[in-house]
Amino acid sequence: MTLAPGTRVKVRDDWPETRGPCHIRTPHYLRGETGTVVRHLGDFPNPEDLAFARPAARLPLYHVRFALPAIWPEPHAGDEILAEVFGPWLEEA
Amino acid sequence: MTTLLEADTDRLLAAVRALLVQKGIATPEEIAERIESTDAASPALGARMVARAWVDPEFRALMLSDGARAAETLGIVMRGAPPLGVMECTEDTHVLVVCTLCSCYPRAVLGYPPYWYKSAAYRARAVREPRGLLAEFGTVLPEGTRIRLVDSTADYRWMVLPLRPPGTEDWDEDRLAAIVRAGDMIGVTQVHA
Repeated sequence: MTLAPGTRVKVRDDWPETRGPCHIRTPHYLRGETGTVVRHLGDFPNPEDLAFARPAARLPLYHVRFALPAIWPEPHAGDEILAEVFGPWLEEA
Repeated sequence: MTTLLEADTDRLLAAVRALLVQKGIATPEEIAERIESTDAASPALGARMVARAWVDPEFRALMLSDGARAAETLGIVMRGAPPLGVMECTEDTHVLVVCTLCSCYPRAVLGYPPYWYKSAAYRARAVREPRGLLAEFGTVLPEGTRIRLVDSTADYRWMVLPLRPPGTEDWDEDRLAAIVRAGDMIGVTQVHA
């Protein structure tokens, strides 16, 4: 299932680095934050497996928009951030 | 035992290149070709794309929907390069690119990144206080301009299509390309005529 543009999503508040060696492309500052899917960028091999030379399934990668002032106090109203987030890190909000 | 960080970098490089060949991941010719195209890439390539987009609406539309294909139509080698995304600045939105996790950069069209792009300070401040950061590059956005920050977190590489500066309406493509710098395509600066 591919998330449609406009879908509200929450980034999983998960911290695999506390459980052992890992390679994750989901920045700390976005975990637990809610955003909106802009578009499906394509499917790419899971970097969390690639980094350890394990067979890597292709996962949907989304461009997700977040309001910056909701994450930090300095940015102005209307400022936003777009980040690439893999499907398994997103749950519908 | 020597750790990776203490290793002689030339020997380390030779070992990695030998392993790539031994394991059948890449041929010596492919490695040489990639080094050559990486060394040859420079902001002049991205600047040509920007200038073309300013004068050719059809190219502009292609560039915004598929940056790699747009680059290829100008003869830029994109084979083996990650997908290229292009985000445009508009009158009310300024785009700034960062890779907070490491140093992802659209090398195929901009060449090697400036030294500060990989610094922890740039990566942290771009997301946390982008206006303070921009001011240090001499960029002050008009009141009411919003910032669209692009954090290059995964497989895409991102470049900015900056605003065409006023006073350049009758300039040709080559003259336009000559005023576009790497910083304008990262979004830390704006193009000035």
